Amino acid sequence: MKEKWKILTNGIFKENPVLILLLGCCSVLAVSVTVSGALGMGIALTFVLVCSNVVISLLRKLIPDKVRIPCYIVVIATFVTLVQMVVEAFLPELNKALGVFLALIVVYCIVLGRAEMFASKHGVVDSFLDGLGMGIGYTIVILGIALVRELIGNGTILDQRIIPEGYQIGIISQTPGGFMMFGFAIALLVFCLGKKGKKFDPRIGCDGACAGCARSCENRIQEAPKANAEEVKA
Amino acid sequence: MSEVSKLLLITFSMIFTENYVLVQFLGICPFLGVSKEFDSCLGMSGAVIFVMTLASAVTWLVYTFLMVPLGLEYMSTIIFILVIAALVQFVEIVLKKFIRPLYESLGVYLPLITTNCAVLAVTLLNIEEHYNFIESVVDGLTAGIGFGLALILFCGVRKALERAKPPKPFEGLPITLVAAALTSMTFMGFVGIADRLFG
Repeated sequence: MKEKWKILTNGIFKENPVLILLLGCCSVLAVSVTVSGALGMGIALTFVLVCSNVVISLLRKLIPDKVRIPCYIVVIATFVTLVQMVVEAFLPELNKALGVFLALIVVYCIVLGRAEMFASKHGVVDSFLDGLGMGIGYTIVILGIALVRELIGNGTILDQRIIPEGYQIGIISQTPGGFMMFGFAIALLVFCLGKKGKKFDPRIGCDGACAGCARSCENRIQEAPKANAEEVKA
Repeated sequence: MSEVSKLLLITFSMIFTENYVLVQFLGICPFLGVSKEFDSCLGMSGAVIFVMTLASAVTWLVYTFLMVPLGLEYMSTIIFILVIAALVQFVEIVLKKFIRPLYESLGVYLPLITTNCAVLAVTLLNIEEHYNFIESVVDGLTAGIGFGLALILFCGVRKALERAKPPKPFEGLPITLVAAALTSMTFMGFVGIADRLFG
Protein backbone atom coordinates (compact mmCIF):
# COMPACT_ATOMS: atom_id res chain seq x y z
CA MET A 1 0.00 0.00 0.00
CA LYS A 2 2.78 2.36 0.95
CA GLU A 3 4.44 1.61 -2.35
CA LYS A 4 1.32 2.64 -4.27
CA TRP A 5 0.98 5.83 -2.25
CA LYS A 6 4.56 6.65 -3.14
CA ILE A 7 3.86 6.30 -6.87
CA LEU A 8 0.90 8.64 -6.56
CA THR A 9 2.71 11.35 -4.62
CA ASN A 10 5.83 11.01 -6.75
CA GLY A 11 4.20 13.07 -9.50
CA ILE A 12 2.89 15.67 -7.09
CA PHE A 13 6.11 16.51 -5.26
CA LYS A 14 9.32 14.69 -5.96
CA GLU A 15 9.01 14.48 -9.73
CA ASN A 16 6.50 17.22 -10.38
CA PRO A 17 6.21 17.28 -14.17
CA VAL A 18 6.17 21.06 -14.46
CA LEU A 19 8.61 22.34 -11.87
CA ILE A 20 11.07 19.45 -11.48
CA LEU A 21 10.96 17.53 -14.74
CA LEU A 22 10.22 20.78 -16.65
CA LEU A 23 8.11 19.07 -19.27
CA GLY A 24 5.45 20.69 -21.39
CA CYS A 25 6.16 24.30 -20.61
CA CYS A 26 4.23 25.53 -23.66
CA SER A 27 0.89 24.69 -22.11
CA VAL A 28 1.87 25.94 -18.66
CA LEU A 29 2.73 29.34 -20.07
CA ALA A 30 -0.21 29.62 -22.42
CA VAL A 31 -3.11 28.34 -20.39
CA SER A 32 -2.23 29.82 -17.01
CA VAL A 33 -3.91 33.14 -17.84
CA THR A 34 -7.15 32.41 -16.03
CA VAL A 35 -7.90 30.07 -13.15
CA SER A 36 -10.87 28.49 -14.91
CA GLY A 37 -8.82 27.80 -18.04
CA ALA A 38 -6.01 26.31 -15.99
CA LEU A 39 -8.43 24.08 -14.11
CA GLY A 40 -10.00 22.88 -17.35
CA MET A 41 -6.62 22.18 -18.89
CA GLY A 42 -5.48 20.38 -15.73
CA ILE A 43 -8.49 18.10 -15.75
CA ALA A 44 -8.23 17.43 -19.48
CA LEU A 45 -4.55 16.60 -19.21
CA THR A 46 -5.08 14.38 -16.16
CA PHE A 47 -7.77 12.45 -18.01
CA VAL A 48 -5.55 11.94 -21.05
CA LEU A 49 -2.56 10.97 -18.90
CA VAL A 50 -4.48 8.42 -16.86
CA CYS A 51 -6.21 6.84 -19.86
CA SER A 52 -3.15 6.70 -22.08
CA ASN A 53 -1.01 5.34 -19.23
CA VAL A 54 -3.51 2.57 -18.55
CA VAL A 55 -3.94 1.60 -22.20
CA ILE A 56 -0.22 1.71 -22.96
CA SER A 57 0.50 -0.33 -19.89
CA LEU A 58 -2.05 -2.92 -21.02
CA LEU A 59 -0.54 -3.01 -24.50
CA ARG A 60 3.10 -2.82 -23.44
CA LYS A 61 3.84 -6.45 -24.32
CA LEU A 62 2.06 -6.26 -27.68
CA ILE A 63 3.68 -3.10 -29.02
CA PRO A 64 6.87 -3.85 -30.97
CA ASP A 65 9.80 -1.89 -29.63
CA LYS A 66 10.73 -0.27 -32.94
CA VAL A 67 7.39 1.41 -33.62
CA ARG A 68 6.47 2.13 -30.04
CA ILE A 69 6.54 5.94 -30.29
CA PRO A 70 4.03 6.11 -33.17
CA CYS A 71 1.87 3.59 -31.31
CA TYR A 72 1.94 5.73 -28.16
CA ILE A 73 1.07 8.80 -30.20
CA VAL A 74 -1.94 7.08 -31.73
CA VAL A 75 -3.22 6.02 -28.30
CA ILE A 76 -2.68 9.50 -26.88
CA ALA A 77 -4.25 11.20 -29.90
CA THR A 78 -7.34 9.03 -29.55
CA PHE A 79 -7.96 10.23 -26.01
CA VAL A 80 -7.16 13.82 -26.91
CA THR A 81 -9.74 13.69 -29.70
CA LEU A 82 -12.22 12.30 -27.18
CA VAL A 83 -11.56 15.17 -24.78
CA GLN A 84 -11.72 17.69 -27.62
CA MET A 85 -15.17 16.45 -28.65
CA VAL A 86 -16.54 16.51 -25.11
CA VAL A 87 -15.21 19.99 -24.41
CA GLU A 88 -16.45 21.30 -27.75
CA ALA A 89 -19.92 19.89 -27.15
CA PHE A 90 -20.49 20.74 -23.50
CA LEU A 91 -18.04 23.51 -22.55
CA PRO A 92 -17.80 25.92 -25.49
CA GLU A 93 -16.35 28.69 -23.27
CA LEU A 94 -13.50 26.49 -22.10
CA ASN A 95 -12.94 25.40 -25.68
CA LYS A 96 -12.47 29.03 -26.66
CA ALA A 97 -10.12 29.72 -23.75
CA LEU A 98 -7.88 26.73 -24.44
CA GLY A 99 -8.02 27.01 -28.23
CA VAL A 100 -5.46 24.97 -30.07
CA PHE A 101 -3.69 23.99 -26.85
CA LEU A 102 -6.27 21.32 -26.12
CA ALA A 103 -5.41 19.54 -29.36
CA LEU A 104 -1.73 20.02 -28.63
CA ILE A 105 -1.89 17.74 -25.59
CA VAL A 106 -0.96 15.10 -28.17
CA VAL A 107 2.57 16.39 -28.38
CA TYR A 108 3.17 17.35 -24.77
CA CYS A 109 6.25 15.76 -23.36
CA ILE A 110 4.41 14.95 -20.15
CA VAL A 111 2.06 12.43 -21.74
CA LEU A 112 4.53 10.89 -24.16
CA GLY A 113 7.27 11.04 -21.54
CA ARG A 114 5.24 9.17 -18.94
CA ALA A 115 4.24 6.57 -21.53
CA GLU A 116 7.88 5.99 -22.36
CA MET A 117 9.33 6.35 -18.88
CA PHE A 118 6.68 4.64 -16.80
CA ALA A 119 3.68 3.01 -18.45
CA SER A 120 5.76 0.92 -20.85
CA LYS A 121 7.60 -0.66 -17.94
CA HIS A 122 5.01 -1.00 -15.17
CA GLY A 123 1.69 -2.71 -14.45
CA VAL A 124 -1.76 -1.26 -14.99
CA VAL A 125 -2.47 -0.16 -11.42
CA ASP A 126 0.91 1.50 -11.01
CA SER A 127 0.55 3.27 -14.36
CA PHE A 128 -2.91 4.49 -13.40
CA LEU A 129 -1.59 5.94 -10.14
CA ASP A 130 1.41 7.48 -11.89
CA GLY A 131 -0.84 9.16 -14.45
CA LEU A 132 -3.14 10.44 -11.74
CA GLY A 133 -0.27 11.76 -9.61
CA MET A 134 1.41 13.46 -12.56
CA GLY A 135 -1.90 15.00 -13.60
CA ILE A 136 -2.58 16.33 -10.13
CA GLY A 137 0.96 17.67 -9.84
CA TYR A 138 0.56 19.48 -13.16
CA THR A 139 -2.84 20.87 -12.17
CA ILE A 140 -1.61 22.21 -8.83
CA VAL A 141 1.32 24.07 -10.33
CA ILE A 142 -0.61 25.48 -13.28
CA LEU A 143 -3.42 26.57 -10.91
CA GLY A 144 -0.91 28.32 -8.66
CA ILE A 145 0.61 30.24 -11.54
CA ALA A 146 -2.83 31.05 -12.95
CA LEU A 147 -4.00 32.34 -9.58
CA VAL A 148 -1.17 34.86 -9.43
CA ARG A 149 -1.48 35.84 -13.08
CA GLU A 150 -5.24 36.34 -12.98
CA LEU A 151 -5.10 38.24 -9.70
CA ILE A 152 -2.32 40.62 -10.70
CA GLY A 153 -3.00 40.79 -14.41
CA ASN A 154 -6.75 41.02 -14.39
CA GLY A 155 -7.62 41.81 -10.78
CA THR A 156 -10.01 38.86 -10.57
CA ILE A 157 -10.15 35.27 -9.40
CA LEU A 158 -12.71 33.07 -11.18
CA ASP A 159 -14.31 36.28 -12.47
CA GLN A 160 -14.78 37.66 -8.94
CA ARG A 161 -13.21 41.09 -8.82
CA ILE A 162 -10.69 41.40 -5.99
CA ILE A 163 -8.43 44.24 -7.03
CA PRO A 164 -10.44 47.30 -8.10
CA GLU A 165 -10.50 48.09 -11.78
CA GLY A 166 -7.63 50.24 -13.00
CA TYR A 167 -5.10 48.83 -10.54
CA GLN A 168 -4.19 45.61 -12.33
CA ILE A 169 -0.88 45.11 -14.12
CA GLY A 170 -2.06 43.91 -17.50
CA ILE A 171 1.30 42.68 -18.74
CA ILE A 172 1.29 39.81 -16.24
CA SER A 173 -1.60 38.15 -18.02
CA GLN A 174 -0.02 38.71 -21.42
CA THR A 175 2.81 36.75 -23.00
CA PRO A 176 5.79 38.33 -21.18
CA GLY A 177 4.04 37.77 -17.85
CA GLY A 178 3.77 34.07 -18.62
CA PHE A 179 7.50 33.67 -19.12
CA MET A 180 8.25 35.82 -16.11
CA MET A 181 5.89 34.11 -13.69
CA PHE A 182 7.12 30.67 -14.71
CA GLY A 183 10.70 31.83 -14.19
CA PHE A 184 9.77 33.20 -10.76
CA ALA A 185 8.02 29.97 -9.83
CA ILE A 186 11.10 27.91 -10.64
CA ALA A 187 13.37 30.38 -8.87
CA LEU A 188 11.11 30.18 -5.82
CA LEU A 189 11.37 26.40 -5.84
CA VAL A 190 15.16 26.55 -6.13
CA PHE A 191 15.23 29.06 -3.29
CA CYS A 192 13.01 26.94 -1.03
CA LEU A 193 14.99 23.78 -1.76
CA GLY A 194 18.18 25.75 -1.13
CA LYS A 195 16.90 26.79 2.29
CA LYS A 196 16.41 23.13 3.11
CA GLY A 197 19.96 22.42 2.00
CA LYS A 198 18.94 20.59 -1.16
CA LYS A 199 20.25 21.31 -4.62
CA PHE A 200 18.22 21.45 -7.78
CA ASP A 201 19.59 22.50 -11.12
CA PRO A 202 16.68 23.43 -13.37
CA ARG A 203 17.26 22.38 -16.94
CA ILE A 204 14.68 22.34 -19.64
CA GLY A 205 13.15 18.87 -19.99
CA CYS A 206 14.28 16.65 -22.83
CA ASP A 207 16.80 19.21 -24.09
CA GLY A 208 14.05 21.25 -25.60
CA ALA A 209 12.49 18.75 -27.90
CA CYS A 210 8.82 18.30 -27.20
CA ALA A 211 9.26 16.01 -30.09
CA GLY A 212 12.20 13.77 -29.59
CA CYS A 213 11.24 14.00 -25.97
CA ALA A 214 10.64 10.34 -25.49
CA ARG A 215 14.09 9.60 -26.80
CA SER A 216 16.04 12.17 -24.83
CA CYS A 217 13.98 11.49 -21.75
CA GLU A 218 15.81 8.23 -21.42
CA ASN A 219 18.88 10.16 -20.35
CA ARG A 220 16.85 11.86 -17.70
CA ILE A 221 15.83 8.65 -16.00
CA GLN A 222 19.44 7.72 -15.53
CA GLU A 223 20.00 11.06 -13.97
CA ALA A 224 16.99 10.90 -11.72
CA PRO A 225 18.38 8.42 -9.18
CA LYS A 226 21.62 10.38 -9.06
CA ALA A 227 19.75 13.58 -8.28
CA ASN A 228 17.77 11.78 -5.59
CA ALA A 229 20.94 10.41 -4.08
CA GLU A 230 22.29 13.94 -3.86
CA GLU A 231 19.13 15.07 -2.16
CA VAL A 232 19.37 12.31 0.38
CA LYS A 233 23.00 13.09 1.08
CA ALA A 234 22.21 16.75 1.54
CA MET B 1 -9.31 42.18 -49.19
CA SER B 2 -7.33 41.15 -52.23
CA GLU B 3 -5.34 37.93 -52.25
CA VAL B 4 -1.97 39.68 -52.25
CA SER B 5 -2.73 41.89 -49.29
CA LYS B 6 -4.12 38.90 -47.40
CA LEU B 7 -0.86 37.06 -47.98
CA LEU B 8 1.08 40.11 -46.85
CA LEU B 9 -1.06 40.31 -43.73
CA ILE B 10 -0.39 36.65 -42.95
CA THR B 11 3.33 37.17 -43.49
CA PHE B 12 3.52 40.22 -41.28
CA SER B 13 1.41 38.84 -38.48
CA MET B 14 3.11 35.44 -38.39
CA ILE B 15 6.57 36.97 -38.20
CA PHE B 16 5.85 39.88 -35.89
CA THR B 17 2.47 40.41 -34.27
CA GLU B 18 1.43 36.77 -33.87
CA ASN B 19 4.91 35.32 -33.56
CA TYR B 20 4.52 31.69 -32.59
CA VAL B 21 7.16 31.62 -29.92
CA LEU B 22 7.09 35.05 -28.39
CA VAL B 23 3.39 35.83 -28.59
CA GLN B 24 1.53 32.53 -28.82
CA PHE B 25 3.70 30.25 -26.66
CA LEU B 26 4.08 27.58 -29.31
CA GLY B 27 7.32 25.69 -29.61
CA ILE B 28 8.74 26.96 -26.33
CA CYS B 29 10.72 23.81 -25.61
CA PRO B 30 13.05 24.03 -28.63
CA PHE B 31 13.17 27.80 -28.12
CA LEU B 32 14.59 27.39 -24.63
CA GLY B 33 16.48 24.19 -25.26
CA VAL B 34 18.35 24.77 -28.50
CA SER B 35 19.03 28.50 -28.27
CA LYS B 36 22.44 28.17 -26.62
CA GLU B 37 24.66 27.92 -29.67
CA PHE B 38 24.29 30.04 -32.77
CA ASP B 39 24.92 27.15 -35.14
CA SER B 40 22.28 24.94 -33.59
CA CYS B 41 19.88 27.91 -33.69
CA LEU B 42 20.39 28.22 -37.43
CA GLY B 43 20.03 24.48 -37.99
CA MET B 44 16.90 24.26 -35.89
CA SER B 45 15.31 27.29 -37.59
CA GLY B 46 16.08 25.86 -41.01
CA ALA B 47 14.55 22.51 -40.11
CA VAL B 48 11.45 24.12 -38.62
CA ILE B 49 10.88 26.39 -41.64
CA PHE B 50 11.33 23.43 -43.96
CA VAL B 51 9.04 21.06 -42.09
CA MET B 52 6.36 23.66 -41.33
CA THR B 53 6.06 24.65 -45.00
CA LEU B 54 5.90 21.06 -46.18
CA ALA B 55 3.54 19.99 -43.41
CA SER B 56 1.17 22.88 -44.14
CA ALA B 57 1.01 21.92 -47.79
CA VAL B 58 0.60 18.18 -47.23
CA THR B 59 -1.94 18.39 -44.42
CA TRP B 60 -4.02 20.89 -46.40
CA LEU B 61 -4.12 18.49 -49.33
CA VAL B 62 -4.90 15.52 -47.08
CA TYR B 63 -7.66 17.45 -45.33
CA THR B 64 -9.32 18.82 -48.47
CA PHE B 65 -9.06 15.81 -50.74
CA LEU B 66 -9.23 12.90 -48.30
CA MET B 67 -10.77 13.85 -45.00
CA VAL B 68 -13.57 16.16 -46.15
CA PRO B 69 -14.96 13.74 -48.80
CA LEU B 70 -14.79 10.88 -46.29
CA GLY B 71 -16.31 12.94 -43.48
CA LEU B 72 -13.31 12.50 -41.19
CA GLU B 73 -12.85 16.14 -40.16
CA TYR B 74 -13.15 15.26 -36.47
CA MET B 75 -10.03 13.11 -36.70
CA SER B 76 -7.78 15.98 -37.77
CA THR B 77 -5.56 15.89 -34.66
CA ILE B 78 -4.76 12.22 -34.89
CA ILE B 79 -4.35 12.17 -38.68
CA PHE B 80 -2.21 15.31 -38.82
CA ILE B 81 0.23 14.11 -36.21
CA LEU B 82 0.69 10.86 -38.10
CA VAL B 83 1.06 12.70 -41.41
CA ILE B 84 3.70 14.97 -39.89
CA ALA B 85 5.58 12.06 -38.34
CA ALA B 86 5.58 10.14 -41.60
CA LEU B 87 6.50 13.25 -43.57
CA VAL B 88 9.50 14.02 -41.39
CA GLN B 89 10.72 10.45 -41.67
CA PHE B 90 10.28 10.58 -45.45
CA VAL B 91 12.06 13.92 -45.77
CA GLU B 92 14.92 12.59 -43.68
CA ILE B 93 15.35 9.59 -45.98
CA VAL B 94 15.10 11.67 -49.16
CA LEU B 95 17.58 14.25 -47.92
CA LYS B 96 20.00 11.59 -46.77
CA LYS B 97 19.89 9.94 -50.17
CA PHE B 98 19.83 12.89 -52.55
CA ILE B 99 20.75 16.18 -50.90
CA ARG B 100 23.61 15.28 -48.62
CA PRO B 101 24.78 18.78 -47.57
CA LEU B 102 21.27 19.82 -46.53
CA TYR B 103 20.89 16.60 -44.59
CA GLU B 104 24.13 17.22 -42.77
CA SER B 105 23.03 20.66 -41.62
CA LEU B 106 19.40 19.85 -40.77
CA GLY B 107 19.51 16.12 -40.11
CA VAL B 108 20.02 16.21 -36.37
CA TYR B 109 17.07 18.51 -35.85
CA LEU B 110 14.55 16.79 -38.08
CA PRO B 111 13.58 13.95 -35.71
CA LEU B 112 13.41 16.46 -32.89
CA ILE B 113 10.56 18.38 -34.47
CA THR B 114 8.34 15.46 -35.41
CA THR B 115 6.03 16.21 -32.56
CA ASN B 116 6.92 19.83 -32.01
CA CYS B 117 3.81 21.64 -30.86
CA ALA B 118 4.42 24.54 -33.26
CA VAL B 119 4.34 22.28 -36.32
CA LEU B 120 1.13 20.55 -35.31
CA ALA B 121 -0.40 23.90 -34.33
CA VAL B 122 0.30 25.52 -37.69
CA THR B 123 -1.45 22.71 -39.54
CA LEU B 124 -4.46 22.76 -37.23
CA LEU B 125 -4.76 26.55 -37.34
CA ASN B 126 -4.61 26.56 -41.14
CA ILE B 127 -7.74 24.44 -41.20
CA GLU B 128 -9.40 26.44 -38.45
CA GLU B 129 -8.83 29.70 -40.35
CA HIS B 130 -10.20 28.20 -43.59
CA TYR B 131 -7.09 29.18 -45.52
CA ASN B 132 -6.78 28.07 -49.14
CA PHE B 133 -3.76 26.15 -50.36
CA ILE B 134 -1.48 29.11 -51.09
CA GLU B 135 -2.41 30.85 -47.86
CA SER B 136 -1.69 27.68 -45.91
CA VAL B 137 1.74 27.29 -47.45
CA VAL B 138 2.57 30.96 -46.86
CA ASP B 139 1.27 30.64 -43.32
CA GLY B 140 3.52 27.64 -42.66
CA LEU B 141 6.54 29.29 -44.25
CA THR B 142 6.18 32.59 -42.41
CA ALA B 143 5.35 30.94 -39.09
CA GLY B 144 8.62 29.06 -39.50
CA ILE B 145 10.47 32.25 -40.33
CA GLY B 146 8.94 33.91 -37.26
CA PHE B 147 10.11 30.98 -35.17
CA GLY B 148 13.60 31.27 -36.63
CA LEU B 149 13.71 35.01 -36.02
CA ALA B 150 12.72 34.57 -32.39
CA LEU B 151 15.23 31.76 -31.92
CA ILE B 152 18.13 33.68 -33.44
CA LEU B 153 17.31 36.89 -31.57
CA PHE B 154 17.07 35.00 -28.32
CA CYS B 155 20.34 33.25 -29.05
CA GLY B 156 22.00 36.66 -28.93
CA VAL B 157 20.24 37.49 -25.67
CA ARG B 158 21.48 34.26 -24.13
CA LYS B 159 25.06 35.01 -25.14
CA ALA B 160 24.79 38.18 -23.09
CA LEU B 161 23.13 36.27 -20.26
CA GLU B 162 26.13 34.00 -19.90
CA ARG B 163 28.17 36.91 -18.65
CA ALA B 164 25.45 38.15 -16.31
CA LYS B 165 25.40 37.34 -12.64
CA PRO B 166 21.81 36.81 -11.54
CA PRO B 167 20.76 36.13 -7.94
CA LYS B 168 21.56 32.57 -6.94
CA PRO B 169 18.06 31.01 -7.23
CA PHE B 170 17.65 32.53 -10.69
CA GLU B 171 20.71 30.88 -12.19
CA GLY B 172 20.05 28.71 -15.22
CA LEU B 173 16.53 28.35 -16.51
CA PRO B 174 14.71 30.97 -14.39
CA ILE B 175 16.81 33.89 -15.62
CA THR B 176 16.50 32.54 -19.15
CA LEU B 177 12.73 32.66 -18.78
CA VAL B 178 12.86 36.22 -17.49
CA ALA B 179 15.05 37.17 -20.45
CA ALA B 180 12.50 35.51 -22.73
CA ALA B 181 9.84 37.66 -21.10
CA LEU B 182 11.79 40.81 -21.93
CA THR B 183 12.38 39.61 -25.50
CA SER B 184 8.70 38.92 -25.97
CA MET B 185 7.91 42.36 -24.56
CA THR B 186 9.74 43.90 -27.51
CA PHE B 187 7.45 41.99 -29.86
CA MET B 188 4.42 43.53 -28.17
CA GLY B 189 5.47 46.76 -29.83
CA PHE B 190 4.23 45.42 -33.14
CA VAL B 191 0.65 45.01 -31.93
CA GLY B 192 -1.72 47.14 -33.96
CA ILE B 193 0.73 47.86 -36.75
CA ALA B 194 -0.71 45.09 -38.92
CA ASP B 195 -4.23 46.50 -38.75
CA ARG B 196 -3.03 49.94 -39.69
CA LEU B 197 -0.92 48.67 -42.58
CA PHE B 198 -3.36 46.26 -44.16
CA GLY B 199 -6.71 47.07 -42.57
